[in-house]
Amino acid sequence: MAFATHFLRQIVNALALLLAVLVLNFCLIHLAPGDPVQVIAGEMGGASAEVVAALRAKYGLDHSLPEQLATYLGKVATGDFGYSYYFNQPVLELIAQRLPATLYLALCALILAVLIGTLLGVISARRPNGMLSHAVTLFSLAGYAAPIFWTGLMLLLLFGSIWPVLPVAGMSDVAHPRQGLAYAIDVMRHLVLPSLTLALVFIAQYSRLARVNMIDALSADYVRTARAKGLPEWIVIGKHALRNTLIPIVTVVGHQFGNLFAGAVLVETVFSWPGMGRLVFDSILRRDYPTLMAVLFFSAVMVMVANIVTDLVYRLIDPRIRTGQS
Amino acid sequence: MTTIETSTPLAVESSSPPVRPSASPGRVAFRQFLRSPSGVCGACLLILIVLGTAIGPVVYPVDPLDLVGGPFTAPSADAWLGTDYLGRDVLAGLIYGGRASLAVGAVAALITIAIGLTVGALSGFFGGAIDAALVKITEFFQILPPLLFAMVLVTLFGQKLTTITLAIGAVSWTSAARLTRAEFMRLRNLDFVKASRAAGAGDAYLILRVLLPNALPPVIVSATLAIGVAILFEGGLSFLGLGDPNTMSWGLMLGQNRNYVLDAWWAVIFPGAAIFLAVLSISLVGDGVNDAINPRLRRRM
Repeated sequence: MAFATHFLRQIVNALALLLAVLVLNFCLIHLAPGDPVQVIAGEMGGASAEVVAALRAKYGLDHSLPEQLATYLGKVATGDFGYSYYFNQPVLELIAQRLPATLYLALCALILAVLIGTLLGVISARRPNGMLSHAVTLFSLAGYAAPIFWTGLMLLLLFGSIWPVLPVAGMSDVAHPRQGLAYAIDVMRHLVLPSLTLALVFIAQYSRLARVNMIDALSADYVRTARAKGLPEWIVIGKHALRNTLIPIVTVVGHQFGNLFAGAVLVETVFSWPGMGRLVFDSILRRDYPTLMAVLFFSAVMVMVANIVTDLVYRLIDPRIRTGQS
Repeated sequence: MTTIETSTPLAVESSSPPVRPSASPGRVAFRQFLRSPSGVCGACLLILIVLGTAIGPVVYPVDPLDLVGGPFTAPSADAWLGTDYLGRDVLAGLIYGGRASLAVGAVAALITIAIGLTVGALSGFFGGAIDAALVKITEFFQILPPLLFAMVLVTLFGQKLTTITLAIGAVSWTSAARLTRAEFMRLRNLDFVKASRAAGAGDAYLILRVLLPNALPPVIVSATLAIGVAILFEGGLSFLGLGDPNTMSWGLMLGQNRNYVLDAWWAVIFPGAAIFLAVLSISLVGDGVNDAINPRLRRRM
């Protein structure tokens, strides 16, 4: 019961914050220098005063700001995020087309990062002063400092011209059949470089985090007890210690979803992945405000969802929180 | 006799810390910093980079915006690191671009920390309704992915270096605010604060003179790291086509030459390496600072 109220409160909180994002979007558009109508009129090749007035009326810009805000929120409530003149499509449709590819890339990278990061951290924690441990520390320093788009470009250079064994652009090969196992393998081959590039930054962070927490866990009393009971080492580490190592990683993963998403946008523009990245890039180039605002809104939606999921997972793996000690 | 025997080890123990009574906390921290190998390596690297951008033009007097040769000239004796897609010198770009990138990083980090300290201090000191409101605002900024938010701000308000710097500062203060708030909440009920209050200290005095100096150590570390993050952000924004086209910066070089990486790797690899080395040196310095002023956090970081 306590859980249900907690969950409900989270949902209400999330909706309130998302409403605030919409209000912010609206304010930003109106604070920005430049008159959108003049821009459109300019693109039409100059327009008379009447046409400008007509445009103003068409977009509701002749109403007061609170009225415009109400109209805007009303439209968003019905799924109308405006129309992209550059792509000649409703913005919502555009996002719906591009979002799945981005989520696919982001989630693959996330899984890679958590698996490899935890593994590296756990292995290096077993010998905190060993060669491997130092290598992991160095790697995590480098991974933190290397700009993600630069890593991507270097991999592109490596696999694009020096050692062409992996595809460096797009999501699938045009020449390949678009169905069955062959297609799946083709998409996976295209996924390798973008997801690895995106994962590297996070592997660096998670391995560092896992290493520190594992070292802590391995010196804890319960691990000594588990060992004293005569449990095999892989159960002591894989079951007892790992659980406590995972908790901080889950928290960090959840709170970094925004960065993961932004990283995916950057990586996509390197490897021509057909997701939100190209959309963002083109919208910036064309000053396509409705699309950019919608991208910001939907990224906030995803961060919210990620936060709520994190909270759930957190409760799942840490019984202390479930019993209400938070 | 027995009293003398017990007092001797006590006397030895109390004089055992190697710190002279005259040493200021800053000096102690500096000496501690010199003992951290990563901190010293980072500081040396950072000094080299800053020196390079400062005296570079003396050694290599080329204007970064001049067309010195054909586009995509490979590195040679004329253009040490080659030329970019317009025929501008890459090394000159690195030297002048470094000034802009480092300046953006430093100023944006200052803004980040100024906002974070103010919000966190007010929130942690006053608690109650003020805290609740400020925490909500922080929470609101946290659900907007910083890079995408900065991207929207720069798109709307113009691709100028000042706008870019302000935007980076405006989107990345939340973690500094949370950190400061936590420190203030931890400190505000300690005895020395109560004592100051009992002695008649006002809110402003308590915040600025009593709590702030004690809350600073972790914030200084995060300020150091914020410079690196801001440099990465400037790169990311430029990469998305949002650099200031009138000011050479490392990010701008990457952003403008990215499409030609297969034709002219040098125009892309070198600016990226510059960002990498700068951020690496800054985070090493951050580690060293952390070790120096924050020994109790050493294991956590």
